[in-house]
Amino acid sequence: MVDVTSGAVDIVPPAEVPDVELYHPRSWWTTYVFSQDAKVIAIQYAGTAIAIGLVALVLSWLMRLQLGFPGTFSFITPEAYYQFITMHGMIMVIYLLTALFLGGFGNYLIPLMVGARDMVFPYVNMLSYWIYLLAVLILTASFFAPGGPTGAGWTLYPPQAILTGTPGGQSWGIILMLVSLILFIIGFTMGGLNYVVTVLQGRTRGMSLMRMPLTVWGIFTATVLALLAFPALFVACVMMLLDRLIGTSFFMPALIEAGQQLQYGGGSPILFQHLFWFFGHPEVYIVALPAFGIVSDLISTHARKNIFGYRMMVWAIVAIGALSFIVWAHHMYVSGMHPWFGYFFATTTLIIAIPTAIKVYNWVLTLWRGNIHLRTPMLFALAFIVTFINGGLTGLFLGNVVVDVPLSDTMFVVAHFHMVMGVAPILVIFGAIYHWYPKITGRLLNEGMGQFHFWITFIGAYAIFFPMHYVGLVGVPRRYPELGDAAFIPASVQDLNAFITVAALIVGFAQIVFLFNLAWSLRHGREAGDNPWRATSLEWQTPTTPPPHGNWGKDVPVVYRWAYDYSVPGAPEDFIAQNDPGPQTAAGATA
Amino acid sequence: MSVILVFLLVIAGISAWWLAHQRLMSKPWLEQGSLTATAYTAAPGMPTAKFGLGVFLAVVGSLFALFASAYFIRMASLDWQAPPLPRVLWVNTGILVLSSVALHLGVSASRRDALSSMRLALVAGGLCTLAFLAGQLVAWRELSASGYWLRSNPANSFFYLLTGMHGLHIIGGLVALGRTTARAWTAESGDRVRLSVELCAMYWHFLLLVWLALFVLLAGWVNDFLAIGH
Repeated sequence: MVDVTSGAVDIVPPAEVPDVELYHPRSWWTTYVFSQDAKVIAIQYAGTAIAIGLVALVLSWLMRLQLGFPGTFSFITPEAYYQFITMHGMIMVIYLLTALFLGGFGNYLIPLMVGARDMVFPYVNMLSYWIYLLAVLILTASFFAPGGPTGAGWTLYPPQAILTGTPGGQSWGIILMLVSLILFIIGFTMGGLNYVVTVLQGRTRGMSLMRMPLTVWGIFTATVLALLAFPALFVACVMMLLDRLIGTSFFMPALIEAGQQLQYGGGSPILFQHLFWFFGHPEVYIVALPAFGIVSDLISTHARKNIFGYRMMVWAIVAIGALSFIVWAHHMYVSGMHPWFGYFFATTTLIIAIPTAIKVYNWVLTLWRGNIHLRTPMLFALAFIVTFINGGLTGLFLGNVVVDVPLSDTMFVVAHFHMVMGVAPILVIFGAIYHWYPKITGRLLNEGMGQFHFWITFIGAYAIFFPMHYVGLVGVPRRYPELGDAAFIPASVQDLNAFITVAALIVGFAQIVFLFNLAWSLRHGREAGDNPWRATSLEWQTPTTPPPHGNWGKDVPVVYRWAYDYSVPGAPEDFIAQNDPGPQTAAGATA
Repeated sequence: MSVILVFLLVIAGISAWWLAHQRLMSKPWLEQGSLTATAYTAAPGMPTAKFGLGVFLAVVGSLFALFASAYFIRMASLDWQAPPLPRVLWVNTGILVLSSVALHLGVSASRRDALSSMRLALVAGGLCTLAFLAGQLVAWRELSASGYWLRSNPANSFFYLLTGMHGLHIIGGLVALGRTTARAWTAESGDRVRLSVELCAMYWHFLLLVWLALFVLLAGWVNDFLAIGH
C-alpha cells in the first residue's frame, strides 16, 4: 500500500474548518419540531414526503380502477381522472422523490458520511423544511379548493393549463399548484445550498473528495443539478402565473374559446416547453444520481467487496450530471421543432447512455465473486439494477426520433418512465430505508416482513409495468380515461388493463406491511448496535446509535482510507472502517 | 436557450477547473493515511458563509440567465414592440453604482477598523439602494402613464417582470443590510461585523452586474449589436 503521508501517520493536521459552534436546543419544541439538527430535519422531510406520497399512491389506484374497469366508478369523471394524473405525477416526481432523496437522505447522510457535526447553515436548513411543508400544504389545499386541483397534466403545458376546459384552469387549482411549486423551489434552494457547501467545506480531516462514499457523490451532484435546473421551473411558473392572473401573453397564443376571442395573443407555448424540460430532464437525474450512489454503497457493503472502478463511478456521476443539461429537447420531438435539433438531442441522449452503462457494468462487476448476503437492502439494490437496465433500454427506443414519433404519447412512454424513474428509485429508497433504519432508530427492521414486502413489490411492479409496454406498442394513447371502440385496439388490451389494475392494488396494499414494519420495529425490532452491517463508512462509526445531536461526541473522526475497504487480504476483519488508522499505527511502526 | 447555456458553460468551466485540482486521478484504494498534503475544503481559508453566498449567487445567476433566454425566445414573435426606455433608468443605474461603491468603502473601512466611516458607508449604501428602488418605481409609473401597460405587449410584460424580479432580490439584500447595519452600531470593533459587510458588498456587486446586463437587454442594445453582426 502506498502511504501518502511521508511522516508518522498519526500526526493529524490541524482542522482547517474550526469545530463549529453547535446550536443548543433548549426545549422540546426546538429539539423535535423547530429543530436545526439535520437528522431531525431529515426525518421531518422523509415523513412529510412519504405522507404526501401515499396520497399519490391512492390517486394511482383511482386511475387504475378507471382504466381497468371503465365506467364502473361513477365518481371518476374524465375531469377527475385528469386531476388524478396531474397530482399523481407532480407529487411523485417533486414532492416525494426529490424531497425524499435530497431533503431526507441528503440531510441525514451528508453530515454523518463526511464526518461533520451538522450542516453548515442549520437555521437555513430548518427554514428549508418549513417552506417545503408549506408548499405541500398548499398543494394539498387544492384538493379542497373550489373547482378542485389542476388537471393540466404534470407538465402543465399552456395554453390548456389555464383555460376553462381544463379542470382548475380558470379556478384555484392551477394557481395553488404554481404557488406551491414556487415555494418548493425557494425552500429547496435553501436546503440545497446546505448540502453543497457542507460537502465542499464541512468535511472532516482526511476526507478528500475521492474518499467520499458514492452516496455523497450522488447526492452532491444531484443537488448541484437541482440548484441550476430548478430556476427554469421557477421562471416558467412565475410567467404562467402572470399569464393566468394578470393576463400577460408570455405563453398564451391568440385563442378563440367558445366563440369568444380571448385577450391573449402572440405567446409561445413552445417557450414553456423549453423552460419546463430544461428543468425536467435534469430532474430525472436529480432523482437518479442519489439512487446510483446509494445503490453502489448497498451493493458494496452487502457483497463484502470494494466497489469496482470507484474512480470511474465518480467520473460517470459527474459526466451524467453535465450531460443531463443538454438533452432536454428529447422530450419535445413531436413539438414541431427543427429536425436538426432533434438530431442533435438524439445524439446527446444516446451519449448519456455511455456513462450510465459504465455504472451498470461496475455494479455487476462488484457483485462478481462477492460474498453476497441476500438481506432485504441487498434484494432491493439488485432489483434496482435489473429494473434500471429494463427502463434504460426502452429509453434507447424513445431517444431516437424516428422510433419516438410513433411511440410518443402512448402507454409505452408511461411504462418507460415508470420503470426508470418511478420503480427504480423507489426500490432504492426502500433498500436505503432497510439499510439505514438501524442507524436512525437503533433497531433492525423485521427481516421476514421485509422479504415479503420486497417480493410483492418487485414482482408486482413488473406485473404492472411490463404488460404496459405492450399496451403502448399496440398504440393505446396515454392520458385517455376511456378508450371507447377504437378499431386498432384489440379486446385483449382490456384484459391486460384489468390485470394491471389488480396488480397495482395488491402492490399498493403490500406497502401497509412496510409501514407496519416501520412502526413495529421501532419498539420490537432486534437491537442493531452501532454497526449491524459491518460497514466501513463513517455514519456507522458514531460512538452512540442513534447518533446524538452533534453526531460524534467529543472529537470528530479522522479519515485514513476510502469507504470501500471490504475483505482486504490480511486484515483481521472483513472490513476496515474509514476512521481506522490501520495496523501500522496501531503497532507504533510508521512509514 | 443560448444565454443559459453560455452561463452553464461558465459554471462548468469553473467546476472543471476546480475539480482538476481535487486529485480526481488519485487511486484511493491504494492510499491510506490522513492525507496531510490535500485540502479538505473547496476554498481553504474562505469563510463558509462567503462560499455559501457564492453558490447562492450562481443560482441567482442561473435564474436571470433563464429569464434572459425566455426574453430572447419570446422576442422573436411578431407582436413584440419594445417600450421606450425611461430616461430615469440612467439615473437609477448611477445610484446603484454609488450604493455598490459605498459598500465597497464600507468593507475597506471595516478592515481598517474605522467604525464610524464603516457605519456611514453602510447607511449611505442603504439609502442609495432605497433611492434606486424608488427610481425604479418612477420608471414603472412613467411607462404606465404613457400607456405601456404590463399586459399590453410582451416586451412591456418582460420589462416589469425583469425589473420586478431584480427589485425583489434587492429588497432581500436590504433585509440583510439592515441587520448588518444594526449590528455595526453595537459592535465594538470592525472585526465582529467585517464578514457581514463583505457579504453585503459581494451581493450588491453581483446585483449591480445583473442590473447592468438587464439594462443592456431592456435597452435593446443586444439586438443592435446582433444586427451589426448580420
